[in-house]
Amino acid sequence: MFYREAGQFKTTYAADQALLPIRQDRYAMLFILAIAFVGVPLFAGDYWLTAILIPFLVFSLAALGLNILTGYAGQLSLGSAAFMAVGAVAAYNFQLRIPGMPILLSFVLGGITAALVGMVFGLPSLRIKGFYLAVATLAAQFFIPWLVTKVGWFSNYSASGVISAQPIEILGFPFDTPTRKYLLVLGIVALLALLAKNMVRSAIGRAWMAVRDMDVAAEVIGIRILHTKLIAFAVSSFYCGVAGALYAFAYLGNVEPDGFNLDLSFRILFMVIIGGVGSILGSFLGAAFITLTPIFLEVALTELNAAFNLNLDPGVTSMAQLIVFGGLIIFFLIIEPHGLARLWQIAKEKLRLWPFPY
Amino acid sequence: MSFFFEVLIGGLLAGVMYSLVALGFVLIYKASGVFNFAQGAMVFFAALTFVGLQEKFALPFWAAFGFALAAMVVLGILIERIVLRPLVNQPQITLFMATIGLAFFIEGLAQLIWGTNVRRLDIGIKDEPIAAVLERFDIVVSSFDLIAALVAGVLVTVLAVFFQVTRVGRALRAVADDHQAALAVGIPLKQIWAIVWSVAGFVALVAGLMWGARNGVQFALTFVALKALPVLILGGFESVLGAIVGGLIIGALEKVAEVYLGPYIGGGIEGWFAYVMALLFLLVRPEGLFGEKRIDRV
Repeated sequence: MFYREAGQFKTTYAADQALLPIRQDRYAMLFILAIAFVGVPLFAGDYWLTAILIPFLVFSLAALGLNILTGYAGQLSLGSAAFMAVGAVAAYNFQLRIPGMPILLSFVLGGITAALVGMVFGLPSLRIKGFYLAVATLAAQFFIPWLVTKVGWFSNYSASGVISAQPIEILGFPFDTPTRKYLLVLGIVALLALLAKNMVRSAIGRAWMAVRDMDVAAEVIGIRILHTKLIAFAVSSFYCGVAGALYAFAYLGNVEPDGFNLDLSFRILFMVIIGGVGSILGSFLGAAFITLTPIFLEVALTELNAAFNLNLDPGVTSMAQLIVFGGLIIFFLIIEPHGLARLWQIAKEKLRLWPFPY
Repeated sequence: MSFFFEVLIGGLLAGVMYSLVALGFVLIYKASGVFNFAQGAMVFFAALTFVGLQEKFALPFWAAFGFALAAMVVLGILIERIVLRPLVNQPQITLFMATIGLAFFIEGLAQLIWGTNVRRLDIGIKDEPIAAVLERFDIVVSSFDLIAALVAGVLVTVLAVFFQVTRVGRALRAVADDHQAALAVGIPLKQIWAIVWSVAGFVALVAGLMWGARNGVQFALTFVALKALPVLILGGFESVLGAIVGGLIIGALEKVAEVYLGPYIGGGIEGWFAYVMALLFLLVRPEGLFGEKRIDRV
């Protein structure tokens, strides 16, 4: 009823190939973008912007990158945080070493550096498959932060290893307030998401999916496996690299190699799995879930503590958080193994028929 | 030269400790195709339960061991019942993620029950050089490491016999080969999984005791899983023997590299060296030393 495509005829090839072929989708997307670009900056407070929305967007971008690699090309990777680190450190160094470097260009160059590093660590994927590959990508996860910390040049010989990122300024316009940073991040994320959406339905995206579904069969029908897998690694690492640069420059304000640890890689993988493997929308839903759940749990437990006078010490609440978070993940995987994106799909089907039975 | 041998032997014995943890992974992977990331958390849980029981009720060693084992069996059965059974036939990556969730859960639970303090664990083995070896060859070999190696050796022998000879062991191997075929010939899959997780719990307990006695029972114990992963891919996911041989190789190489290569590149290489070694090795043999070679068919 609410979501019917009846009466919407496609009369041109362009209409047939549109990104959002159904009118309701287009309106919904416009609505969401309008809220994100106009509504949120007008009404959201600084806490919401800096502590929730900016990290959410940054993680969405990283999850999007991992989703391209794991969800579309079928290569399991546990090294996304390392590629984020590469992006962040590279962007910092481009900004530092080349005078007059535009910050957006150094983000892009950071992403490209991450892509090159990703390709190197993606090379073994031609021979190694499945969990062997996943564990092999851990080599990147442990090696890269070590290298960045050990070689002083990367951190400009800073004593603590923590480097403060340069302020963001584009064409003389400073992005210093939370609202401005948010808008910048949102713009980059929206652009890259659009690019990803288009990429996965182009020739290379279909090649990725063929390789994911069965690489031998894909090879037989003439898809170049090495080429396809390496592009997947490169694109994925590019997204992670840009996300890492944004994480350092727009969210934290400093570049800390130790922050890009295995825990972060797992969080990004969780976003992909909970959001929906092989779904652009899922990356955003998963990022929202994983970013918001710990905050929600913390608030809920504090409230509970206050309401019932439980007098729990902080140690206990943090353990309880760990338990509830782990439990929630298992729960979600059991009730919907295909992720939140699949739930949305089911909801759309329901909306289409409602209130009629069929 | 004797220094080199000292390093090498130290590395080999340390490798055995890695093998102990890797064994738990192999068992579960063999029988259910689940890459159980919660193994490290189980090691932690087991060690903490053991110490907690000893501390709270002043139990003797064997009683605490018995109760901790019972706790691990219950945990294993619960995991099978609550987590794995609803996820049958899901892709491997989903199961893998579920075990990461499980790892969070178990880590939280263990610390909620027993507290977050670092505890000493004394299982009555002294960590000092063996005098005879020191005199004879001028090599320092820790008696603790040697006993750990013996424990690992016994454990592997028992497991190998269990898998090869007993009825349950044969059923386990059948399940590992093909779930559906095993079901079709009447092997009770659910029971088998519960058994495997219990056995993995037992291995986790032994590993937890050894590691706990060495480093103290603390949260860092969960990270031993990360030490076991390169061992696992080097030896092959499906092979108990591979876990042992892989552990020895990784342990020895890591120690030798740390001593002879470490100073040149700034130290701290133990975090990644094993992974890079395993990665390079996989390039030559993608299924590990003793892993099953898979033939892809269209």
